[in-house]
Amino acid sequence: MAEAAIELIGIDKSFGPVRANRDIHLEVPRGTIHGIIGENGAGKSTLMSILYGFYQADSGEIKVGGKPTAIKSPNDAIAVGIGMVHQHFMLVENFTVIENVILGAEGEALLNTSIAKARSELHRLEKEYGLEVDPDAVIEELPVGLQQRVEILKALYRGAEILILDEPTGVLTPAEADHLFRILRQLKEQGKTIVLITHKLREIMAITDNVSVMRQGTMVATRATARTTVEELAELMVGRRVLLRVEKGPARPGDVKLDVSGLTVKDSRGVTMVDGVSFNVRAGEIVGIAGVAGNGQSELLEAISGIRKAVAGKVLLDGSPVDVSGLTDPGDLRDRGLAHVPEDRHHVGLVLPFEENENSILGYHDEDQYVNGPFLDIPAILKSAESQIEKYDIRPPNPRLKTANFSGGNQQKIVLAREMEQDPGVLIVGQPTRGVDVGAIEFIHKRLIAMRDAGKAVLLVSVELDEIRSLSDRILVMFAGRVVGERGPDATEGELGLLMAGVEEKEAAE
Amino acid sequence: MSTPYAKLPRWVDYGLIPAINLAVAFFVAGLVVMLVGENPLSAAVILVDGAFGGGQNIAYTLFYATNFIFTGLAVAVAFHGGLFNIGGEGQAYIAGLGVAIVALSLDSVFPWWINFPIAILASAAVGAFWAFIPAYLQAKRGSHIVITTIMFNFIAASTMVYMLVDVLKPAGSMAPQTRTFLDGAHLPKLNWLLEAVGLSVRSAPLNITFLLALVMAFLVWLLIWRTKLGYEIRTFGYSPKAARYAGIREARIIIVTMVISGALAGMMALNPIMGDQHRVALDFVTGAGFVGIAVALMGRSHPAGIVPAAILFGMLYQGGAELAFEMPNISRDMIVIIQGLVILFAGALEHMFRPWVQTVFATLAPRAAGVPATSGEGA
Amino acid sequence: MEAWTALIQILDATIRVSVPLLLACLAGLYSERAGVFDIGLEGKMLAGAFVGAAAAATAASAAFPGAAWLGLCAAIMISVFLALVHGFASITNRGNQIVSGVAINFIAAGSTIILGQAWFRQGGRTPALSADHRFNAIEIGTLRSYVDSFTLAFPGFPAGAAGESSFVWLARGIWVVVAYPFQLLFGTLGYLLAWVLLGVDAVVQYIPFVSDVFRELILGHSLLAYFAFTMVPFTWWVLYRTRFGLRLRAVGENPGAVDTAGISVPWLRYRAVICTGLLTGVAGTYLAVSQNAGFVKDMTAGKGFIALAALIFAKWKPVPAMFACLLFGFLEALSIRYQGLAWPGIGRVPVQFINALPFILTVILLAGFIGKAIPPRAGGVPYVKER
Repeated sequence: MAEAAIELIGIDKSFGPVRANRDIHLEVPRGTIHGIIGENGAGKSTLMSILYGFYQADSGEIKVGGKPTAIKSPNDAIAVGIGMVHQHFMLVENFTVIENVILGAEGEALLNTSIAKARSELHRLEKEYGLEVDPDAVIEELPVGLQQRVEILKALYRGAEILILDEPTGVLTPAEADHLFRILRQLKEQGKTIVLITHKLREIMAITDNVSVMRQGTMVATRATARTTVEELAELMVGRRVLLRVEKGPARPGDVKLDVSGLTVKDSRGVTMVDGVSFNVRAGEIVGIAGVAGNGQSELLEAISGIRKAVAGKVLLDGSPVDVSGLTDPGDLRDRGLAHVPEDRHHVGLVLPFEENENSILGYHDEDQYVNGPFLDIPAILKSAESQIEKYDIRPPNPRLKTANFSGGNQQKIVLAREMEQDPGVLIVGQPTRGVDVGAIEFIHKRLIAMRDAGKAVLLVSVELDEIRSLSDRILVMFAGRVVGERGPDATEGELGLLMAGVEEKEAAE
Repeated sequence: MSTPYAKLPRWVDYGLIPAINLAVAFFVAGLVVMLVGENPLSAAVILVDGAFGGGQNIAYTLFYATNFIFTGLAVAVAFHGGLFNIGGEGQAYIAGLGVAIVALSLDSVFPWWINFPIAILASAAVGAFWAFIPAYLQAKRGSHIVITTIMFNFIAASTMVYMLVDVLKPAGSMAPQTRTFLDGAHLPKLNWLLEAVGLSVRSAPLNITFLLALVMAFLVWLLIWRTKLGYEIRTFGYSPKAARYAGIREARIIIVTMVISGALAGMMALNPIMGDQHRVALDFVTGAGFVGIAVALMGRSHPAGIVPAAILFGMLYQGGAELAFEMPNISRDMIVIIQGLVILFAGALEHMFRPWVQTVFATLAPRAAGVPATSGEGA
Repeated sequence: MEAWTALIQILDATIRVSVPLLLACLAGLYSERAGVFDIGLEGKMLAGAFVGAAAAATAASAAFPGAAWLGLCAAIMISVFLALVHGFASITNRGNQIVSGVAINFIAAGSTIILGQAWFRQGGRTPALSADHRFNAIEIGTLRSYVDSFTLAFPGFPAGAAGESSFVWLARGIWVVVAYPFQLLFGTLGYLLAWVLLGVDAVVQYIPFVSDVFRELILGHSLLAYFAFTMVPFTWWVLYRTRFGLRLRAVGENPGAVDTAGISVPWLRYRAVICTGLLTGVAGTYLAVSQNAGFVKDMTAGKGFIALAALIFAKWKPVPAMFACLLFGFLEALSIRYQGLAWPGIGRVPVQFINALPFILTVILLAGFIGKAIPPRAGGVPYVKER
């Protein structure tokens, strides 16, 4: 085995009472691609942020190229040849590519010479690694894949020998992801060391040489990729057999509850995000919408639930039309039996500084059961909050506790309890298990199936393909704002993956 | 979502830290007193004695506090809706017009107990109107409410100068003010209230508006924490996105919140005009609208905090007047400095001493500092 | 001809009243482009004006040469101090930037009155500064005197009075060391300029319009006014052509990008607010030591807020900022000149209305009838590292 490019010895890191990393040991050989896998919240990003100098470890040692190195800031990391591509790109959106590349590495006080120097350097990197991008393009006008390329260029421009990529494929289509992997292999051939953080097993198997598994802040195992299996890694990740299939009987679809036709939505910049989407959801079925994040699913949900206005199209709820032009009040839709579990529970679904009981009525705060004239009926609100807490096993069971003090899974249960307990006819759910622990995922999935079996129409949007496949009775795939295909629950991952990448159905069939 | 600070016991959060912030603000104010060559401690003694040494002084202190309760509540209501109403000064000033119209036209017609409710409505309506325009412009045109309310303070000042110089000034008079009201627009004094507890009051302007201010403080509490509207205002204030999701209309909340805020600021005009001067003169607000910002921050936007904070500022105001007699280097403008320091230390530097307090607590009681908030009453 | 004279006079007044607006506006630009909102421009300007005038007056009474320059230094020091307080609150302590700005405005408003009264006892005024101790208008005559001072005074040492204290002597020495390079510079420049202008003057005196423009608009302002207008292209250059400018713009848009690039976000933002302090100090000095002969209580009278509005108008860009300030300055000049005058077709317009007009127009324009002003994306938001 080659000498170690990076060695982490006994890294510990706590945020207040939360221990994000405990006693981590890791060795990454030079010139390899090393995967770090784990669930959301396992501590992968924290560990890499420590390596990049973004946080300081509470204790432990870092060795780079065999030498003990104190990394106190990103500057120190850059100086020893560590570069990082963050999950959320650290780019200035209204700057050009070249301005972003030189930021922090300008060299001189005046820009003229540094820009000229960067231009020729970019040209060289472009040739050497196939990293093509127009140096004068403005970032916000580039597609996501190219923005990521700019991040890689930034690191290489600073002379990075060790490249950390944090969940690089989350926002990419499979085709873009394949291109990224080609680039990474090329970098490896040139002798660079790559650390790839992901929670996707497929990527680990496809590209890494070695893989380390993290669980709840600890490093549970390191394996040579060639000598492990998906099943073993999955078990190491979650600590027990993954329940990929949720127990459920066959669907008994009834009347059409939600009928969407020709729905078109633009974002604030006037870009069409949803482009003439049509589909329906019947009582007693779950319709899942799959797709890579950012292909219009979020805007679709927001338009249907009345949060965002649509520029064209029709929505029928129980056969009667909904005004989608933006004049509809989400409150009116609630009265008509449409409940919505939004994707972003921190800023949309909950008011974090509120007490739990206050959040348990959000959106239903003008229902007769909770008010007396203009006044809130506080005993009634507390009583209903307590019953939701009991039914959904929300912990700690204290309706007066501030919502910010609940864990992610329990916060999501607060939202679900509120929306489901109103006995809606139609339930719209976005990313129901994002940032939620395994136990709560199972609970939430069972609840969604129970809703279906109770004859409700459920529309589910998730970027987790497994979740879509195990819950849905019908699967729609969105790409670039359009529904590009519909499949049954038995569709294979490969089939859906092609659709998500925008490969036309005909091509896919060939 | 991470909470940037570890939990501390409630009494530390709501008692000790604000107290430290205030103490520092007053300490720095003491340095200013030293800078002008006076002794801050004797200044403080004169101040407190001037504010509370006798029924007369207490009555004056409460008279000034009345103004600050109104403007403090006005700023606080807007804070709950996530809005910063810097326009309380202008709203109170322009509301003087509402009071003037009622008093000048009805003082010979009705007794005070009929004119008072009418004047309350008039002052509230005019103040609300002055807040409505910036609110409307923020809700519908996206102009920043902080900037617009600042501009409206200047516009209100110009308008009032024009009204008092060119319109309301009685013919033949030189002073830019209205005529003196008749008895029908004089509000009854509250001196009997202090005399009832054995204090003697010669003549002080404390009047029934003080009771109105207390009623308003109660109503604001009721509104914010016990009504549907208050729930919606708070939801919007914490998270506009969550409010949209909950079917709370943004434009409506911005406008309603600002209208309530403006109405509260407007009612402040009653106190000096109908309670004391019995006419509308230039600059009768004397900065009370801005003091409201300090009062709201100090009272943490809760009426139970605002009333004592307003009394504290009333004390500074009344005591400051006494102080100016004793120490010629100090004028009432001292209150502007103190108000600025309170806004700085209780507002912008709110968390400056927190890490320090946390360290102290972690050393003294290691368990209290680290526990999750389930046991909020720990230590 | 009368209309021409009136126009020239109004434009001249416009430039005069625009200078403090422009300085404050560019001051705000540095801070806000770096993501720190600042509604405390007014307070910093006011404090600068007071301390500048107080220092100049004190120096003048001690027969200190270069009192105006001393005033400028003192004004800059106090404004930078207040800017650092704002920085400490909003950068280090992540406090609410609006609240901090409000606080600074009140602290400045109160202290200038209290200290002014305690120190000078003239109802909040500072002692009047004679023309020698101010930044005066640079006329052709001034240019000549610069030339004279250059030729006459250069080798000499300012003559000391008999029995002067060692402090004054020391100050005099410092003055010579500090100010002579300036005199040398301006003497040389003045010499060149006078040569060109006096030569030109002989030609253009028969073309009164050109001559008027030269005399009234281009000449006849104080050094600080030229400084203000020079700051416009300079600020543009800093912002778009230097490393500091690149980083400044970046930290106002996405501080995360700056942080991960190994640059300290707080230090960068502190440098931006120091620039703000510097320029508001100059703005205050202009008000109290150049445009007026001393400090008068509340002499900024809302100029800091108009500058803020101009900054929003200009969409946080330096060259449009100059035009916005000239527009507001023009309104103010108009209101000063046409108070109480009957307007054709409208009749007498109340003075107060014209006084309020800049604010009313600001509100109307802010209401979005001039397109959308998009602030720096990270503006007003304290930077917290994401977990």
